[in-house]
Amino acid sequence: MSLDKNTVAKVANLARIRVEEKDLEPMAAELNAILGWVEQLGEVNTDDVAPMTSVADMQMRWRQDEITDGGYQPEIVANAPSEEEGFFAVPKVIE
Amino acid sequence: MSDLTKLKISEARDGLKEGKFSSRELIAAHLTAMGSAKGMNAFITETLDKAVDGATKSDDRRAKGDVGKLEGIPLAIKDLFCTKGVLTTAGSHILDGFTPQYESTVTTNLWNEGAVMLGKVNLDEFAMGSSNETSFYGNVVNPWRRTTDDQPLVPGGSSGGSASAVASNIAMGATGTDTGGSIRQPAAFTGIVGMKPTYGRCSRWGVVAFASSLDQAGPMTRSVQDAAIMLEAMCGFDPKDSTSVDMAVPNFEAALTGDIRGLKVGIPKEYRLDGISSEISALWEKGIEWLKNAGAEIVDISLPHTKYALPAYYIIAPAEASSNLARYDGVRFGLRVEGESLDDMYSKTRGEGFGEEVKRRLLIGTYALSAGYYDAYYLKAQKVRARIADDFKEAYKSVDVILTPTTPSAAFAFGEKGDDPLEMYLNDVFTVPASLAGLPGISVPAGLSADGLPLGLQILGRPFDEETVLRAAGVLEKAAEFTATPTAWWRG
Repeated sequence: MSLDKNTVAKVANLARIRVEEKDLEPMAAELNAILGWVEQLGEVNTDDVAPMTSVADMQMRWRQDEITDGGYQPEIVANAPSEEEGFFAVPKVIE
Repeated sequence: MSDLTKLKISEARDGLKEGKFSSRELIAAHLTAMGSAKGMNAFITETLDKAVDGATKSDDRRAKGDVGKLEGIPLAIKDLFCTKGVLTTAGSHILDGFTPQYESTVTTNLWNEGAVMLGKVNLDEFAMGSSNETSFYGNVVNPWRRTTDDQPLVPGGSSGGSASAVASNIAMGATGTDTGGSIRQPAAFTGIVGMKPTYGRCSRWGVVAFASSLDQAGPMTRSVQDAAIMLEAMCGFDPKDSTSVDMAVPNFEAALTGDIRGLKVGIPKEYRLDGISSEISALWEKGIEWLKNAGAEIVDISLPHTKYALPAYYIIAPAEASSNLARYDGVRFGLRVEGESLDDMYSKTRGEGFGEEVKRRLLIGTYALSAGYYDAYYLKAQKVRARIADDFKEAYKSVDVILTPTTPSAAFAFGEKGDDPLEMYLNDVFTVPASLAGLPGISVPAGLSADGLPLGLQILGRPFDEETVLRAAGVLEKAAEFTATPTAWWRG
């Protein structure tokens, strides 16, 4: 599986990371080197192996479905680059 | 009292208790040391006023008989832990100006035990790196230099600022975080002790996330005893972290009995790599000898899937990072680069805000999770991870701890491994397997290379058996008699 320039552009778009046109080719080469190295995982027999999803054998905890937090709108938006009347402000989405 | 900065936490604790000096005097000595070491670039934010205020309050508490486990002890905090009202950057441009409105659980625990913050220390951007060369705030320099030249060396990473601050006696201890070796590798490179506890011991709440199934906080100190003291203060159950484990916190310090007679120590044959330096091999042999002389039984073991740990890690960690770092969107905090549309704003913000290594990993992660590739990469890596964890489970049927080198080499110079990301990744070859399995591990300074640089040995243990790890590490530390210190080139 080898990545070409167009695939890198597509992935960069999925990740919402702007990559300059001139950087696509070198980035593809770097990513291919890493993915090529990762290919060796194919040598490991993983038939009947369940993917590891948790480090410790533990059950997720239950708790009462009740409000335990909140009520501090000013703190929530305190770090926003743009804020209006307690809301996050973003560029216009709907024309 | 210029030598207050040379004290270990255990010694300062005694001195404060006996009234030989106050926390204010202790903090003042460390602030002076911090002020004279700017060239090391260990700190991103120095919190002088907070430190003085914290020391005064600590002395007041002590006068009233209210004494915590770390009462009055000066610590540096990796700039990945959110600290209320204090800039928190994760070493990234994208968190420009971010001032948390809350405090991480680990730092809250430390302050509750009386510790005093000196400042926030530098790190690889979002903890992604093994040399502290990816920080937006510049390289951290290792306090150690080779005896053969004056070239500045990397402190390791990602907890490079933590490591340099502790090794140069600016801080008595520091918090680190370890995703694939980010506590143990810099500890080895700077001649200090660094411990990653079992995944789930320390709460991840309020720690900027990199790879959530791997991230774990731990102490970086100048002795094993100090690591035990600090770890005990850091960890504990936290309902705010769903992976935090509800277990009693043992008295870790009490585990340091110095007695390892009958302890079974595993030596994994797969860690005898071809490219490993002969000095590292020789040190490993010495470590085996030390533990044997202390009454331990040495057992040859096999961890057959060791070589697949790094490639599995470099799928799992970037995949989880690509998901975690989706939150940096220019809307809620940090940097925003305006664009023509919302999407354009996202892309420009992230394109400008993230550094090269972070972008590389986010793209790998996004690709590995994208439709059609998920099974081939992420699922496969998680299955290989299960086999790696099984290797350890099998080994721990016949041994209590495992002894390995911490790193394949001593600290290197800046730029020496910059061009090829893969070469850099190999730094973590001995630390990543235990990270994937979630096991506790500690690096202990054990010797010097021929050109005078510190080298570390690593002890790994069973899940939640930090006590045995610390006990074995204590014996190793005593046998190694590592007393070398770096020459203070940074003062001047």
